[in-house]
Amino acid sequence: MANPQSTYIAIERPEQGIVVLSPNSDIDMSRSPELRSVLRQEMSGDTHKVVIDLDDVEYMDSSGLATLVEAMRNAGSSNAKIVICNMSTKVSAIFEIARLDSFFSIVDSRDEAISL
Amino acid sequence: MDQRPEIELRLTSDPMYLCGARELVGCIARRIGFDDIECSKIALAVDEAMSNIIRHGYDRAFDKPIWLGLSPLKPTSDSIGGIVITIEDEAKQVDPCNMKGRDLDDIKPGGLGVHIINEVMDEVRYEKRAPRGMRLVMIKNAMRPSESPRLSEKAPACKVTLNDRSPSRR
Repeated sequence: MANPQSTYIAIERPEQGIVVLSPNSDIDMSRSPELRSVLRQEMSGDTHKVVIDLDDVEYMDSSGLATLVEAMRNAGSSNAKIVICNMSTKVSAIFEIARLDSFFSIVDSRDEAISL
Repeated sequence: MDQRPEIELRLTSDPMYLCGARELVGCIARRIGFDDIECSKIALAVDEAMSNIIRHGYDRAFDKPIWLGLSPLKPTSDSIGGIVITIEDEAKQVDPCNMKGRDLDDIKPGGLGVHIINEVMDEVRYEKRAPRGMRLVMIKNAMRPSESPRLSEKAPACKVTLNDRSPSRR
């Protein structure tokens, strides 16, 4: 189900309380504000888990990381969980450079993220 | 650098053009001999530098100039070459000594750009341009000699250079 407000991020709800966000291109300074907006919107209400599927994301910069760090903090205060999946080697490299790879819940597949 | 880069690109400070700069840098780095991951990291460093200019130097004004320059580094006895990247702007000047990454133990949004640049590149040098703006020179060696220290370990913590070599186009 596509969000009418976003052509860049697909939004699905596979189960009650779980939202899967799938950006369809790079996450850089021009795209991260939209991701931030969608995350804020989707983390309200009865959402207890947000899965961020990076299968179509070949590149992320520090603005994307900052957006995810902010979302993690917001999730912590609302007892929600954020899980990241399908991360490419290139995207994984920036998490390691910023030493944030252990800060996030990162799994291989979407199914694993949903069932975690 | 005393010579103009072999490749020069002028962009306006609109974040939507960052992808073009990344593609160019990644493509040239690959031709020079860097592997895919290294190319991606070099492109990331350029992206971070340009994002910092847009965000902090130009206060998010999207119509200001940024010049990106690329030159290959010739191979030497202990390197298969590398790439020299120059990024120039007409933004407000800052003391190069203040261009430091933040403590990564303090996990918070933002402030990672300078750390990423320093982590990815082998040499990083900020200079004040004359009469205005900043210049960032970054060097990445394609094969780093194991005993070679990073620039920060063999040179003073910062270097302020007022260079009055102003290209006629500006």
